[in-house]
Amino acid sequence: MTRATLVRANLGRHKRRTILTVLGLGIALFLFVTLQTFLHTLRSIGDIGSETHLVVTNKLGIVFPLPMAYRARLQAMEGVESVGYASWFGGIYQDPSNFFANFAVDPEYLAMYPEIVVSPEHREAFMADRTGAIVGVRLMERFGWQVGQTVTLQGTIYPGNHDFTIRGVYSAGRKGFDETSLFFHHRYLEEIARNQGMDGVVGWYVLKVTDPNQAAAIAQAVDEAYENSASPTRAQTEKAFNLSFIGMYGNIGFFLNAIGMAVVFAILMVSANTMAMSARERFSEIAVLKTLGFTDGDVLRIVVAEAAWIVGLGLALGLGGAVLLFNVMDFDMGGFAPGLSVSPGVALGAFGIGLLIATASAAIPAMQAARLKVTDALRYVA
Amino acid sequence: MKIPLIYNIRSVLHRPTTSLATALGIAFVVLTFVGMLALANGFRSAMISTGRPDNVMLLRQGADSEISSGISREHASIVRSLPEVAKLSDGRPIASADAYVVVAKPRLDGSETHMPVRGVSPEVFELRDEVRIIEGRSFEPGRAEVIVGRGLVGRMADVEIGATIRFGQQDFTVVGHFEADGSVFESEVWGDAETLMAAFRGPVFQSVTVRLADPEAFDALVARIEADPRLQLQAKREPDFFAGQAQFLGTMLEFIAFFVTIVMSIGAVFGAINTMDAMVAARAREISVLQTLGFQRRSVMASFLAEAVVIALAGGALGCLLALPINGIQTSTVNWQSFGEVTFAFRVSPKILLQGMIFAGIMGLVGGFLPARRAAKQGLAAGMRRG
Amino acid sequence: MPLVEVRDVRKVYRRDTVEVPVLDGLNLDIEQGEFLALMGPSGSGKSTLLNLLAGLDSPTSGSIRVGGEEISSMKPKRLAAWRARHVGFVFQMYNLIPVLTALQNVELPLLLTPLNKKQRREHAETALRIVGLEERMHHFPRQLSGGQEQRVAIARAIVTDPTLILADEPTGDLDAKSAEEILDLLGRLNAEYGKTIVMVTHDPHAAERAGRTLHLEKGVLVGDGARPVAAGAGAVSGAGAGAGAAGGEEGAR
Repeated sequence: MTRATLVRANLGRHKRRTILTVLGLGIALFLFVTLQTFLHTLRSIGDIGSETHLVVTNKLGIVFPLPMAYRARLQAMEGVESVGYASWFGGIYQDPSNFFANFAVDPEYLAMYPEIVVSPEHREAFMADRTGAIVGVRLMERFGWQVGQTVTLQGTIYPGNHDFTIRGVYSAGRKGFDETSLFFHHRYLEEIARNQGMDGVVGWYVLKVTDPNQAAAIAQAVDEAYENSASPTRAQTEKAFNLSFIGMYGNIGFFLNAIGMAVVFAILMVSANTMAMSARERFSEIAVLKTLGFTDGDVLRIVVAEAAWIVGLGLALGLGGAVLLFNVMDFDMGGFAPGLSVSPGVALGAFGIGLLIATASAAIPAMQAARLKVTDALRYVA
Repeated sequence: MKIPLIYNIRSVLHRPTTSLATALGIAFVVLTFVGMLALANGFRSAMISTGRPDNVMLLRQGADSEISSGISREHASIVRSLPEVAKLSDGRPIASADAYVVVAKPRLDGSETHMPVRGVSPEVFELRDEVRIIEGRSFEPGRAEVIVGRGLVGRMADVEIGATIRFGQQDFTVVGHFEADGSVFESEVWGDAETLMAAFRGPVFQSVTVRLADPEAFDALVARIEADPRLQLQAKREPDFFAGQAQFLGTMLEFIAFFVTIVMSIGAVFGAINTMDAMVAARAREISVLQTLGFQRRSVMASFLAEAVVIALAGGALGCLLALPINGIQTSTVNWQSFGEVTFAFRVSPKILLQGMIFAGIMGLVGGFLPARRAAKQGLAAGMRRG
Repeated sequence: MPLVEVRDVRKVYRRDTVEVPVLDGLNLDIEQGEFLALMGPSGSGKSTLLNLLAGLDSPTSGSIRVGGEEISSMKPKRLAAWRARHVGFVFQMYNLIPVLTALQNVELPLLLTPLNKKQRREHAETALRIVGLEERMHHFPRQLSGGQEQRVAIARAIVTDPTLILADEPTGDLDAKSAEEILDLLGRLNAEYGKTIVMVTHDPHAAERAGRTLHLEKGVLVGDGARPVAAGAGAVSGAGAGAGAAGGEEGAR
């Protein structure tokens, strides 16, 4: 037997209690990590945005289009390497609840995103088909689509049913990049729009700049060029554009944090209470240990070791479970939140909370044990 | 024979720290539960309380929101003149052809959002009679003036009376603030449709809303519109349309609320089991005495279950109490279904509080079951042996 | 030189503002290899004296030397180490750790010694053999009778080969037969292994087994070395330990 035997024996004293405490801690830490990861992933969308891409939208907002005629002038601007453009199509597949993003894009736009990985054959087939579409691999899986299949989208902005033929599948070249969109030729959109008198415009432009240090200056030049036109522009780096999008969720981050704090508080309360309770029940035994010559330090180490085991197991369960679910199995909540990944910072936070719980639950009984007068405790027993 | 509840209440009070910690754990779960449901409820009730059932809203066929819709001037006037539409005494239809856009504007906290701007017809105050000016005056048709819903006041920049908002190449002056029974209209900026259309998209409306002369005439109106080959429009009762716009975000908020609280409650139940187990163990002798006195196992079990429920309900009540101050706190987000900013408040309703208490009671029952059974099964000798 | 020298020891407890003297200028010598019984009514200070000898408590004034070492002024940490090395304590309620087996309970104090795992186990087995429980070494306390539990507790007290074995009412919670066994065991440890034992007891019959009996009354020793008093009382009351002890208490009040 060693001191570890004693710790193990104590943990096994109330098996149900130990198991429930570990499970409770695990669940709470899992919840904390999940919420924080969700929040962190939401925030990190800004980081995904490139500094060498400028997004040019109508100054009034993203729902207002820009004239297609702007393209040539933007292309001619100093420091601009290439210009791509895209439009939100807003098509519905069978039912509004099947929502996914679908855009019309020009070839330059696709070329600007190395993250959109398409095989050369697929790309070629897509370019050759007027109504062709490239579909994210997760979207393909979601609806069980096959390459070559024709899918019909019902227009919300552009009335009527519109057919697209899947010519290619793309996957993300980087973790966290969306794999649930459908891209098709902007030319095809123009055909559709022409029939409805809505042609000649694009949703937004993306400019690739040669030197990221010049991005701010170019953005300013673009905005100045169109300042007094019928459609003034707003040019910003993709990163800033993404961040402003996230900002639209308002204080959802604050609420998730508040919930996370409530969770931490609740588990702190419940677990610390349970562990303190376990130690309290053994005051007489602690008195015996002290009679045998164990010092306060020895007793503290035993109590801490017990708390560390419980918290450690809870952490392994909660944090490990979350890492397994999101980082290894790529769970995306049914397409609701793709690209979730537990970051080292969030993991560290979970460790910190674990440490806090272990300290809190060990400190109180350890302090009481140290203050405990053996003679009183033993008299109480006998 | 039943063991009186007062025995359990005394027992709970006899171990204040342990009981309190357990109750607090449950209180936090209930607090989260009530808080999150209040958020979802506030959002839904803002959307659902929008509009009158005898108002019918028309959008272009296939459009899933006002933003994606478009109705020409010509079609708008056809709709206005339909016989099912109620008329004012001077013969003008009670109807409004709305030009609806969302404009990128900063919130006061610096983040950007889509401020909804609605250009309306002069008859709109008859049509949507819940809208009342609370400060300043209404806009005058033909002038670059707007009024601002009170939900935006204090949350967006440049919406005080006298302030200037720039839309495209034109400046608009804020001349009044309005309220609308807590509906989504309170998150909008209103102005004259003709003036605003000129500043935005040109001569196209996004929706036309009409008052039914006869509230029962909805189907007749729909039939007439479908029969008219010129009109490619879909009709919905006004409240149905706005409730539909709340579907996604409302469901998501409720989903998060239930997911988080159910997971949390499992942890809290585990905590409750532990506490009750400890209480049973500490009272082994008492239980033996109760049994010796002739109380049956079932009574002992019921008694301990009651005790767990007492603790849980106390925690639930505390959680509800802690949740009360969040009632009325305003927040806002972009509702991606309508594309526009929606301001809404946490709404703690009696129903939610009741749900919170029921939830606490269930946690108590579930958490108390195993320990209570353990107490009931405990033999007489077990309690007497160690004392 | 005696093994234990207690000189002018005073112990005063504070209850609110009132000072209650429990031991009042007590002097006592205990020789190496002695089996000493401490008797006296409740509140006479005998348990306090035992705790002082065990280093569980410090005197208000005076000196306690054990084996030439002054223990009354030691710091708690040193005192704990001293206890581990020199004292074996036997409690009335046995106080075994319920989640450890008999063997593990006996091994517990050896964790504080430099012995390795194998040596610890051997020592613990030897101690259990001495108390006659080697057959039961893998049993948990709840699987043992009261008398057996107390024997395990005695094995735990002797396993470190301490200078002093201190027993606080070791038979107080046992039936007559088990009590007899425990007293036999303590007697044997004294006679065969030369252990120095100090035993607090209410029971004159138990005290008879000791080589010397001391009576404490109101914090003062009476009748040092006078054995017949105890023996006589025990013989007269005759009806048993309980009656004798109860009578003593009655008299003290």
